[in-house]
Amino acid sequence: MAWRDDWRRVRAIARKDLTTELRAKVGFNSVVALGVTILILLGLALGPDAQALRNAAVGAVWLATLFSGVLAFNRSFQVEIETGALEQLLQYPGPRWTIFAGKLLGNLLFVTLMVAIVVAAGIVLFGVRIPAGWPALLGVLALGIVGLVLLGTFYASMASRSRAREVLLPLLLFPMLVPVLLAATTASKALLGADLMHEAGAWIRLLAVYDVVFFIATFIAFEHVIEA
Amino acid sequence: MFNAQPDRALDVSGLGKRFGARWVLRGVSLDVRRGEAVGLLGPNGSGKSTVLRIVATLLRPNAGAAAVNGFDVVREAGGVRGQVGYLAHSPGLYDDLTARENLWFAADMLGSPHAAAEATLERVGLAHVAGDRVRGFSAGMQRRLALARLILRNPRVLLLDEPYSNLDADGVALMNSVIAGILRSGGAALVALHELAPARAMLKRTCTLVAGRIEAPSPERASRDQPVPIPGTD
Repeated sequence: MAWRDDWRRVRAIARKDLTTELRAKVGFNSVVALGVTILILLGLALGPDAQALRNAAVGAVWLATLFSGVLAFNRSFQVEIETGALEQLLQYPGPRWTIFAGKLLGNLLFVTLMVAIVVAAGIVLFGVRIPAGWPALLGVLALGIVGLVLLGTFYASMASRSRAREVLLPLLLFPMLVPVLLAATTASKALLGADLMHEAGAWIRLLAVYDVVFFIATFIAFEHVIEA
Repeated sequence: MFNAQPDRALDVSGLGKRFGARWVLRGVSLDVRRGEAVGLLGPNGSGKSTVLRIVATLLRPNAGAAAVNGFDVVREAGGVRGQVGYLAHSPGLYDDLTARENLWFAADMLGSPHAAAEATLERVGLAHVAGDRVRGFSAGMQRRLALARLILRNPRVLLLDEPYSNLDADGVALMNSVIAGILRSGGAALVALHELAPARAMLKRTCTLVAGRIEAPSPERASRDQPVPIPGTD
């Protein structure tokens, strides 16, 4: 069945990407190290005021996630380009969207692993108290990661053939991620506090809509982007 | 509409490719019939790899057309990809995966069983290092592994870019046996080469690219009807 073949390709690419990144170590270690370093630097910049640190925690975690994510997205296509493997990848039969889906799944797992460490570091470094409504907070985190990885993977594929890809990717990606960051930080802050204004729901809906819209758009556009 | 001939596995007509303002291919026409291997000779930068990459659907031509077993390389790229096996100059392997993992990945992408990948590793003489990471492989071993991946595809048309580079005598014999097997089953091969010697026994005819043009007895498509023989052979 065609969907079974497509799913097998998606899994194969995701497994290959994850294995390569985790085995290379330099990839995962550098991405996590960057995230934690950003948190430490922001913590130092904010000073010893515990309340100020707690207030800034959400923004700091999302910033660290964003910068570390860019490093991860760049690497996911860099491996293919450096070894000449992208040409072989494009040679396999089957629809091109399976390549994007495989890369997306691999990056989702990789970034989720990275975010788990960054969030844990953020909780410790910024003295965040975990609220009773933490499952909703996890939901916001998940929606934010999906939005970030969707666009990160898509723009990394677009920038991959450019010699200036390290510069090009953040230039393309950051403006597009403003709604994700705004919605994710505002919703997270509301859920960490008392959410007196009941604003978290609206921001979560915005995140969900953003993810759905860009899920469809990136899958449609990928085939045109990856063609020579 | 490309008018493909039934006996032709590969039909290239008036192919042109431009990178920026520079034309690297101009009016290239050639064909490869089923059961034959054709050598594409020429100096560095003459456009040999560009021809192969266009036929492999990795580049779009700016002029002309090409078809593989009747599939147009631009409009029916998916069909072409199911027909061709492209061995690039760079092996295109994943350094941090083992030889076995590289082939299992290819098998998953192609829908082949992992047992086929194991048999192919055995055939190319890499079974004893199947669990080793490719990063530690010599250039010749990487070439063999790339060849194993090609065999796994079971292609109808081989597109080989300098296939003998970095191969020892056994490797050259292995490469030739793979090409011969494809030709015997009615497939075809277009082989880009610097040196004719290792492929001499395999090639039925050759054509030479110079500065993006086929150097052949004019007119334009003479290479089709008056094949250029390999020097020193009948």
